[in-house]
Amino acid sequence: MERPAWAPQGIDLSVPSVSRIYDYYLGGSHNFEVDREAGRRAIEAFPGLPKIMQANRAFMRRAVRFSVDQGITQFLDIGSGIPTFGNVHEVAQAASPGAHVVYVDHDPVAVAHSRAVLEGVEHAAIVAADLRSPRDILDSAEVRGLIDLERPVALLLVAVLHFLEDADEPAKAVAELREAIAPGSLLVVTHASVEGGPRRPEEGERVENVYRSASSPLIMRSRAEVERFFDGFDLVEPGLVSAPLWRPDGSDDDELDPVVFSGFAGVGRKA
Amino acid sequence: MTREPGPEPEPADSLRRFAIIWSRAIYPATATSMTRGEFEEYLLPLAARLNATLRAQPFDPRPAAEVGAALVAAHCTDPAALARILDVVDAYLLLYCPPGPALPSEESRTRCNRLQHWVAAGYTRALQERTRTEQEALSRAALAARAATEQALYESEVRFRAVFQGASIGIGIADMDGRILDVNAALTTMFGGLERHIRSRNVYDWVHPDDAPEVWEMQRQLNRGERDHYRMEKAYYRPDGTVLWTNLTVSLLRDAGGVPQYMLALMEDITEERLLSERLRYEATHDALTGLANRNLFFERLEQTLDGPDGVGVGVCYLDLDGFKDVNDSLGHAVGDRLLVAVAERLQACVTSPDQLVARIGGDEFAALVVNPASRADITGLADLILAALADPIRMDGRDLSVRCSIGIVEGQAGSLGPAEALRSADITMYRAKAAGGNRFELADPDSDARAITRHGLTNRLPTALERGEFFIEYQPLVRLGDGSVRGAEALVRWCHPVHGVLGPDQFIPLAESTGLIVPLGHWVLQQAAWQARDWQFPRSDGHPLRINVNLSPAQLGHPGLVPETLAVIKDAGLEPTALCLEVTESAFIGADEELMRPLREFAELGMAIALDDFGTGYSNLASLRRLPITTLKLDRSFTRGMQQQPADPVDVKIVEIVVDLAHTLGLSVTVEGVETGTQAEHLRALGCDTAQGWYYARPGPPERLHSLSLVDTTT
Ligand SMILES: C[S@@+](CC[C@H](N)C(=O)[O-])C[C@H]1O[C@@H](n2cnc3c(N)ncnc32)[C@H](O)[C@@H]1O
Repeated sequence: MERPAWAPQGIDLSVPSVSRIYDYYLGGSHNFEVDREAGRRAIEAFPGLPKIMQANRAFMRRAVRFSVDQGITQFLDIGSGIPTFGNVHEVAQAASPGAHVVYVDHDPVAVAHSRAVLEGVEHAAIVAADLRSPRDILDSAEVRGLIDLERPVALLLVAVLHFLEDADEPAKAVAELREAIAPGSLLVVTHASVEGGPRRPEEGERVENVYRSASSPLIMRSRAEVERFFDGFDLVEPGLVSAPLWRPDGSDDDELDPVVFSGFAGVGRKA
Repeated sequence: MTREPGPEPEPADSLRRFAIIWSRAIYPATATSMTRGEFEEYLLPLAARLNATLRAQPFDPRPAAEVGAALVAAHCTDPAALARILDVVDAYLLLYCPPGPALPSEESRTRCNRLQHWVAAGYTRALQERTRTEQEALSRAALAARAATEQALYESEVRFRAVFQGASIGIGIADMDGRILDVNAALTTMFGGLERHIRSRNVYDWVHPDDAPEVWEMQRQLNRGERDHYRMEKAYYRPDGTVLWTNLTVSLLRDAGGVPQYMLALMEDITEERLLSERLRYEATHDALTGLANRNLFFERLEQTLDGPDGVGVGVCYLDLDGFKDVNDSLGHAVGDRLLVAVAERLQACVTSPDQLVARIGGDEFAALVVNPASRADITGLADLILAALADPIRMDGRDLSVRCSIGIVEGQAGSLGPAEALRSADITMYRAKAAGGNRFELADPDSDARAITRHGLTNRLPTALERGEFFIEYQPLVRLGDGSVRGAEALVRWCHPVHGVLGPDQFIPLAESTGLIVPLGHWVLQQAAWQARDWQFPRSDGHPLRINVNLSPAQLGHPGLVPETLAVIKDAGLEPTALCLEVTESAFIGADEELMRPLREFAELGMAIALDDFGTGYSNLASLRRLPITTLKLDRSFTRGMQQQPADPVDVKIVEIVVDLAHTLGLSVTVEGVETGTQAEHLRALGCDTAQGWYYARPGPPERLHSLSLVDTTT
C-alpha cells in the first residue's frame, strides 16, 4: 500500500545533512563520513569555506550581544543547527541572565541533539519545524510558552535563508514572521554569496552543485536579493556588509583571509 | 645560566606577549567561533598555567595535559593546530617566562620539553574523547530522531488505516497484475462479507456480461500507464451469484519515478438505485393494466428502426376496438378493463418472432410493429392473425362479449418515413377501416393521407408560420397540492394551422427541432411567456409571484446564444430570473456532456428553476440525478394513472413514494402531470408531491383564464 502524502518522511542518514556539514566546517565531530565527504568537496570547490563559517558564527555572537544591548531578552533562532561552541542561549544568557531562547530546525537529528543539550537548561527550547511554514513555528507550544510576541524579539535567520529556493518563497516566510513580531524587534540575517570576497561565480556554482545532493540545496544570492529580506525593517549601522565588517569588536582584523568577506550579514529593526 | 638580553618584562606583561604570539600562530588553524581578541583572552590563563607548571617545585608536568584539552575544547582541532601549539611553546615559553636563576637552563629546557609532551598527550586524549562523545551524542540523536519519525509515520499510517477501514465507500488496492492486496470493510460487505473470497480473485476475472465495452479497454490503458483513472458503472457477481452494481472509480498509483505501481478502486454500491431505475424503466415502458409494451416503448422501437440503416423496413398495424366504448358504458370500467386484458393476451399470442412487438397505445388502441418484414404479406398476415384471434367472443362473467377491431397498416423504410408520421398515417388509415364498417384492415395510401396532416406539409409551412403569427400560447396552471393555490403556469405553444386547425406541440415541435426552427420559435415562446409573466407579477397576498414554466428543447441547449438571449429577454421584461422555470426532458440529458449542461448550470446559479420534464419516460438514471443542475422533477402522467381509482394501484403508490423520497433527499421538488381526478390529487398530496398540473385543475387556456383562477384562489 502506498504511503499517503501526508506521512512524514523517514530519515536517511546516507544523505549529507547541511547541519552536519556545517558542524564539520566548525571543527566538530557531530558528523558522519557522508557529511565530511560533502564538506571536503565543498571546501575544494570554494577554498576557505570554514573560515567564512567561523566569521558567520562570530557575527552571530556579536549580533546577539548587540540585541541584548538594545534591551532584547528573547531570541527566536530559526535554522539553529547542531549545538556547538558558543550557542545562542549561552551567549544570550551570559549577557542577560534569564534570556529566553527558542531554537527551530527541521533536521530531525539536529533537533534531537539540541533537545539532549538543552535538557535542564532553563528558558530555552527547541522546536522541530520548517521555516517554510512560519505558522507552525509561531503556533508551537514552545514559542507560545517562551516568547511574548507583544514585546520585541531578536529573530535570527543566520545561514539559513540560502537553503530556501525561490520556489519556497523565502521572502514570504520572512514577511509572515515580521507580521507576527512586535515593533522594535530585530532581524539578524547572514546569507551566502560570491559577492564581497575573492571567489568567482563559477566557484559559487561548484559549491551549489555539491549541495545539490545534500538535504537542502544552497542558493547564492546577490546583495539586492538579500536586501529585500529586510523589507519592513530598517538596517542598523553599518547596513548589509561582510560578516567581519559588522561592528567588529576591535582587536584583530589585520591578516584576515580575504575569503571571509564573501557573503552578507546584517541586522534590521522593525519599524 | 644566562639571562635573556633586553629589559626584563613584568611577568603579567610577558605572559600576555606569549599569549599574543601563541594566538597569532594558532588562530588561522582553528575553527573556533571566537574572535581573535576572545581567543587571546582564552589563551592567557592557559599560558599562565604552563608558566606555573614550568616553575613548580617539585616539578609535575601533568597539568599541561589540561592545557591541551582546553585547546581542543576551543575547537583548535585542525591537524595543523597541534604542531603550531607546540612550536610556540617550544620557541617562546622559556623566552617570555624564564623560570629564573633557581632553575638551571638545562633543567628548564628539559621541563619545557616534558611540558610539550603532556600538552600533546592531553590534546590527543581530549580530541579522541571529544570525537567519541560527539559521535556518540550524534548517534543517540540520530536514533532518537529516527524513533520520532517512525512514531510519526506509524501514527499517520494508523490514521490512514482508520480512514481506509472506516470509510463507507468501498476501497480496494491491487497490484499491476491485478492481484488484490487490500480491501476495506465496506468493500467486503458489498461483496457479501467474505474478505478471503475477494482477495483470492484477480481484478481481471471480474467480468460481467453487462460490462460496458469501454471498461476493459480503459483498464488496459490504465495498466499501461496511459491513463490515470476512469469512472464507470459496473456490475459484479457476488460469490452467491447475485449482482452488485457499483459506481466504480479506478485510479493509478505511481511510484516516485512515475512507474505504475498499484491500482486503487473506489466503489459505491448503487445496486438499489439500479434496481429501482430498472423497475422505473419497466414501469415507464409497459402498460400497467395489460403488461404489454406501452406507447413509449413502441415509439422507441419504431424510432430505433427508422433511425437505423437506410432501407430497413417496418410495418405498423394500428388497431382500435370496435364498440369498446359501449362495453365500458354498459358494463362498467371494471369489465372494460378485464376485457382489455383479455384482448391483450390474444394479441400477444399472435406474436411469433422477436421482430414483432405488440403494444397498448392508450385506451382501447393497440399497435403491432413488424421490424424488417420480408414482404407486405408478413404485415397483412399479422393483421389477419389478429382479426382471427378476436373473432371468437370473449367470455366474461358468463357472458360472451364479441370484440372486433379496425386496423390501419403502414409500411415504410428508414430514411423515408419518420416514426411520428408512421403512427399518424396508421391512425388515419385505421379510421378509414372503421369508417368502412370495421373488423377489417386497410393499407395506408398517400392519396387519402394527403388531406391529413403530413410531416412534409407541416415542415414546409413551419418557417413562415412564425412570421405570419400562426403560433399562440396557452397556459396550464400549476397548483400547490398542499393548499390548492396556483403557483404558476406552463406555457404551451400551439400552432393555428390555416388548414388543419389548432395543432399541439407533439405535432410540430419534433419538426421544428429537426429543421432548426426550434431556436427562433423557442425564443419567441420565451418572450411571450416573459411578457405574460410580467403581467402576473402583481403583488399577491401570499407574496409568491407566479412562476412561468417554459419548455427548452435539447436543440436549444446546444445553441451558443441561449444564455445571453434568455437573460436579455428576462431583463427586458423586468423579471427576476426566479420568475422562470425551464423544463428540459429527461432524454436531453442522456449522454449529455458538461458542455450541454453548462447553460443550465448558469441559469440555475442565477436562481432560475430547472425542471426535469417527463421524468420516468426515459431511462431514469437515478444515479445521475444528483449531478444534474435541476430543482424539480416532473413526474410523467403514466405514474399517476393507477391512482385514478380507489384503492390506488399499490405498485404505483410505492414507486411514486420512492421517487418523491429520493427527490426530496436530493433537495428537488416534485410536480405531477396529468392529474385528472380528485382521488388522484388526494393520493399525490398524501405522498408528499409538491405541485400538480392536469385537467382536474384546469386545461391549458388563454392567459386571462389563469388570471381569474389565481384571483379566485387568493380570495378564498
Ligand atoms: C548552516 S546551519 C546554520 C546554523 C546556525 N544558524 C549558525 O548560523 O550557526 C543551517 C541550519 O538550517 C537548517 N535549515 C535549513 N533549511 C531549513 C528550513 N527550511 N527550516 C528550518 N531549518 C532549516 C538546517 O537543518 C541547518 O541546521
